[in-house]
Amino acid sequence: MMPVIRLQHAVFDPVAECAKLELGDAGAVASFTGLVRGEGGLVALELEHYPAMTEEALKRIAADAAGRWALAGLTIVHRVGRMAPGERIVFVGAASRHRGDAINAMHFVIDWLKTDAPFWKREEFADGHSAWVEAREGDAVQREKWSDRTKKGCRGAAPLSGK
Amino acid sequence: MAIDLLYFAWIREAIGCDGETVDPPDNVTTAAELIDWLSARGDGYADAFADKGRIRVAIDQEFAGLEKPLAGAREVALFPPVTGG
Repeated sequence: MMPVIRLQHAVFDPVAECAKLELGDAGAVASFTGLVRGEGGLVALELEHYPAMTEEALKRIAADAAGRWALAGLTIVHRVGRMAPGERIVFVGAASRHRGDAINAMHFVIDWLKTDAPFWKREEFADGHSAWVEAREGDAVQREKWSDRTKKGCRGAAPLSGK
Repeated sequence: MAIDLLYFAWIREAIGCDGETVDPPDNVTTAAELIDWLSARGDGYADAFADKGRIRVAIDQEFAGLEKPLAGAREVALFPPVTGG
């Protein structure tokens, strides 16, 4: 399984990304799409990153997910640059034979993406001021909860029925 | 030895450039010592690094702790906690 990882300015189509994941040897596809929240008079979000490092960081997260769960496919698309409220920022999609692996891998990747990839968001508001988004402590907590689960434990449970 | 520094987000803005090449003295051996040495260079640097608890580091494109030895590093990036996703 070769993860698909893309960094891009352009918008992406989550439906098309999911359809590609269905083409593999999958019985389940789980996906997450992150959007720009337009709260507090936000007019734009600027996403900065560390180009020489970002793709490698995403590859590492993807490889970690692939080592923990049996995946038929994994796609990470992260946009950079300027975005308007309501626009899509990030897509994570995972495909597997049974749903648990896809759902867990998707959840793991989005949690780790928040804490382990070099992106920074700056918000611009209608009154002209702008501010860098502060990291949330909850993000680190979300990430850590995956450390408690052994690699085998996540896929060890027998399915109760079907997928 | 010369090190390429990269600055991101508000650290970049406070310092006023996105990177530079520096040649710190031999007694600068860790990322934390590098930050202290940079802080003495002027207001922008002092502002950027006023709270070391808010600084994160990558050494040769690997996330690292502030106490990690630079040990011949070629590229050191200094930035706030990441906020992607």
